Amino acid sequence: MDRREFFTLGRRAKATSPMPYGGLRQIYSGLTPYAGTWTAKEVSHLLKRTMFGAKKADIDYFLSLGPSGAVDALLNVSTALPAPPLKNYDNTDIDGADADIAVAPGTTWVNAISTDGTANGKRGNSLKSWWVGNMINQDRTIREKMVLFWHNHWSTEFSMYETATYGYRYNSLLTQSALGNFKKLVKDMTLNVAMLRYLNGYLNTNTAPDENYARELQELFTLGKENNPNYTEEDVKAAAKVLTGWRIKPEDESVFFKPEAHDKTTKTFSSFFGGAAIAGRSDAAGAEAEIDELINMIFAKQIEVSEFIVKKLYTWFVYYTIEPDTLNNVIKPLAQKFAQNWEIKPILSELLKSEHFFDPLSQGCLIKSPIEMIVGLVREFEVVIPDASDYVNQYGMWDYLRNQAELMQQNIADPPSVSGWPAYHQLPQYYEMWINHDTMPKRGRFIDQLIGTGYMRNNITLKIDPVAFTEKITDAHLPDALIEGVLDILYRVPLSASRKASIKTQILLLGQSDESYWTNYWNARNIDTTSYNVVYNRLQPLYKYLMNLAEYQLA
Amino acid sequence: MKRRDFFKKTLPASVTLPALLNGFSVKAFTEASPLVQALMGTATDTDKVLVLIQLNGGNDGLNMVIPIDTYADYYGARKNIAIKQNKILPLKGTAKTGLHPSMSGLQTLFNEDKLAIIQAVGYPSPNFSHFRATDIWMTASDSDKIVNSGWVGRYLNSEFPNFPNGYPTAQMPDPLAIQIGSVASLALQGPSFPMGMTISNPEDFYNFIDHLTDPLPPTPWAKELAYIRMIMDQTELYGNVIRAAAAKVKTQGSYPGNNDLAQQLRIVARLVKGGLKTRVYMVSTGGFDTHSSQVEAADTSIGGHAKLMARVSDAIKCFMDDLKGLGVEDRVIGMTFSEFGRRIKSNSSLGTDHGAAAPVFVFGKNVRPGIFGTNPEIPTGAGGNDNVPFQYDFRSIYASILKQWFCVNDVDLQTIMLKNFQNLPLCVNTACGVTGIDDVRNDGEQLIINYPNPFVERTSITFNTKGGHTLVQIIDTMGRAIKTLTDKVYTSGTYTVTFDGYGLPLGVYYARFQNGATQQVRAMLKTR
Repeated sequence: MDRREFFTLGRRAKATSPMPYGGLRQIYSGLTPYAGTWTAKEVSHLLKRTMFGAKKADIDYFLSLGPSGAVDALLNVSTALPAPPLKNYDNTDIDGADADIAVAPGTTWVNAISTDGTANGKRGNSLKSWWVGNMINQDRTIREKMVLFWHNHWSTEFSMYETATYGYRYNSLLTQSALGNFKKLVKDMTLNVAMLRYLNGYLNTNTAPDENYARELQELFTLGKENNPNYTEEDVKAAAKVLTGWRIKPEDESVFFKPEAHDKTTKTFSSFFGGAAIAGRSDAAGAEAEIDELINMIFAKQIEVSEFIVKKLYTWFVYYTIEPDTLNNVIKPLAQKFAQNWEIKPILSELLKSEHFFDPLSQGCLIKSPIEMIVGLVREFEVVIPDASDYVNQYGMWDYLRNQAELMQQNIADPPSVSGWPAYHQLPQYYEMWINHDTMPKRGRFIDQLIGTGYMRNNITLKIDPVAFTEKITDAHLPDALIEGVLDILYRVPLSASRKASIKTQILLLGQSDESYWTNYWNARNIDTTSYNVVYNRLQPLYKYLMNLAEYQLA
Repeated sequence: MKRRDFFKKTLPASVTLPALLNGFSVKAFTEASPLVQALMGTATDTDKVLVLIQLNGGNDGLNMVIPIDTYADYYGARKNIAIKQNKILPLKGTAKTGLHPSMSGLQTLFNEDKLAIIQAVGYPSPNFSHFRATDIWMTASDSDKIVNSGWVGRYLNSEFPNFPNGYPTAQMPDPLAIQIGSVASLALQGPSFPMGMTISNPEDFYNFIDHLTDPLPPTPWAKELAYIRMIMDQTELYGNVIRAAAAKVKTQGSYPGNNDLAQQLRIVARLVKGGLKTRVYMVSTGGFDTHSSQVEAADTSIGGHAKLMARVSDAIKCFMDDLKGLGVEDRVIGMTFSEFGRRIKSNSSLGTDHGAAAPVFVFGKNVRPGIFGTNPEIPTGAGGNDNVPFQYDFRSIYASILKQWFCVNDVDLQTIMLKNFQNLPLCVNTACGVTGIDDVRNDGEQLIINYPNPFVERTSITFNTKGGHTLVQIIDTMGRAIKTLTDKVYTSGTYTVTFDGYGLPLGVYYARFQNGATQQVRAMLKTR
């Protein structure tokens, strides 16, 4: 029995009144479409979970669509790729014969294959900066959040494969498959150049099969490690043999099949897979058919695969405890639907439109990952970053933000291991792992820098403009309306009336009780500099205070 | 009696000391006052420290501690990566076993009687997943059991059962455990709370704002909020003591700059010398998942794994030298571990796949030196499936260190380790008995106790509630709530409930007390 199942066993029988919260939820809602109130609070919940932060304009837009329409819009993702990453670096220390030299500054490098280590290091930084930029400039869909989900799931580390064009192709596959068919993605990823390199598939040879990908394919990518009884060590070895012989052609980085390196014997699997046998073949088409059979064999374990992936999506979008009620009301029905055709979009649609997703116990309980906090902050405050016409500084600012996330333990394109970031899977802490005595101060300093003097580079400053942000708030001239409007955007958990009153009096009114002080200054902010400065000097500590509280770290 | 204890016991809570510092009279408090600590000096020489060094990825033990007596079988199993026999570093007093050529530092420590090598450390039914195997090493669970607390966390919870309520205290003003880095390890997770502190720079902390705290409702978001607030509070409380400890140490021995492990150990040495009473430090370094290219084809003594071996060996040697120079060598022992070893037979990528048992190093001046166990048996003509079988359970090493280094008694040891393990003579006998470890047990705000403990069938649980809703439940080591003893609104006061464990398996249970946002956990042992 799952420990969580055990934990609340027998609750139904005596559930006359809700039990107090003891680390696990008493949550009974299921997949019935949500039909409750639809205010900025619910929209903000949906957007913070499916996008990076919720801008005021985004909240207003989705407010007009209603819950079902909003989720449909979020899931209506484009298959077109964003403009590719640019050469934002110079040629210093790059081999003169390398193809990168011919790439003009400000144009993309993704079509020129480079073998130079220095060039690839610089390209890697460009790729990572660009990835952060894609998140900041996301459209009003779930796509970039799903790209990050898949990146954590199909973890690869740039610092190990070290070839930026591999990384670009990896990102492109994740972007195009963000809401696609999971089974197809398994096949595509098995022969993706970055993955082939990262988990040594390109070295896998019949004479001594390399088990790296064969193991993770089962343990991390499809079946999960918690499915006991489970596949055996023999299954890892047999799968490794199936996967022998695939190589990377250096000239064009294409993946090809090398028949003499392939194990042509019959591969036999354990009773977990019903003793399945995959006949050995000798040519590329045959070897690909072997992979298809391997994937079909794994996906025949429908319950294991579907529940593993649905639980992972649930943990990503909702919360990390799955009680028996949630298992029965949410996970199992979604998994059954998923196993019909392995399409991601329908199950996300049902989950995100459900009463369960909007249940008060599902709200506000997700600790923002470093990227969520940083990109969300930049988006919600609409921090100005140079546009593509000044790509050098644009990439420079993106790189600063990327580095901040790295310091807080989330380095995009370089997760810590093949199992991704521990905060997404490590019992019992899960998201809490993002927050410790080292990373929490780093979050505080980043916030203070952006709300304070800002980050300066080449005479450009990256910082929050508290007045510009406040302009978007309805009735900002009234202190109470201002605080409510701001909290709707920044917070997902309630503050008591007394705390709001105290914030208003202590920070916004500097200890005064007459609200017209604020109103008069706010109304005059565009008329005289003094008023503007007064307003600025009240709003800056207000936002610093709100972001310094623990509440800001929740989404 | 230790000088500190004397000082504490003979002074009232607050007193004006007649002592003159530069002619000024000093008002001082008991030990909690930094001033008194300063007056009493930094030496807390009875405090023992354990340093855990995690090698992430699964280290190839066979190329680290190399069998010389069965060299032909070793070579036969891994011709493309085998270390040439004439390059193996010899060890004093044995012709059977040697070290990787990059490990001259550890060779020196061994020859100076400061290193124990424990052969073929593992556990029954080994797991080959990084994920799961790491969890097993951190939690000290059986390979088929899921345990959600770490072995160090359980030890610290046993020593400081009231943590974090009321901490830091006069007796334990410092973090219980410190992890160098930015990711908290499962090993330091207690039955309910993280028992360690995670830092990367001992001089650099952030002052969080004081916040008014709204009462927290029983919801998931409130649980997460309480957690973040706790980390913020601890950072503030412990930031100052760590900074102060670091500031006391002005000079240290030299450490290589390009060695991340050495740099982490340098911080540890500094904080130990600085007087922190922190018991356990944890550091880690990665890159050991050597599926490919672990050696250079032309010379197997160089390459990726050789760099890793040098990193570990150099770091430990510099650390030991520094501890000696700082005069705190007596206080520290350390051990290395990795989630698994690697396969006996190499693969064709000049690498090795996930394997089973591997050697563990335990180092320190108070370590009983030598080699424990024999070289692993290598079958002639080893195949792809052959693994090193374990000779010593890794939990025997943990248990032996807790018993011999931290002087944990047998009952507590069984509670912490979840069962009994073989006792290996790892520390010299005199190492135990000089520290007053028990005196911290009453520290902090004790909210729940049980008696008797250990218990056979029934035990009485007494708790102290501030009033309002109060919950006492029993959880097992897998985190399952197996009984709720009370769950209602109380007026403030002390109450007793009984836990009847009839019919439950023998072993460790935790009584979890929850009163508003306050929680505390009490470990209890059911015995025959």
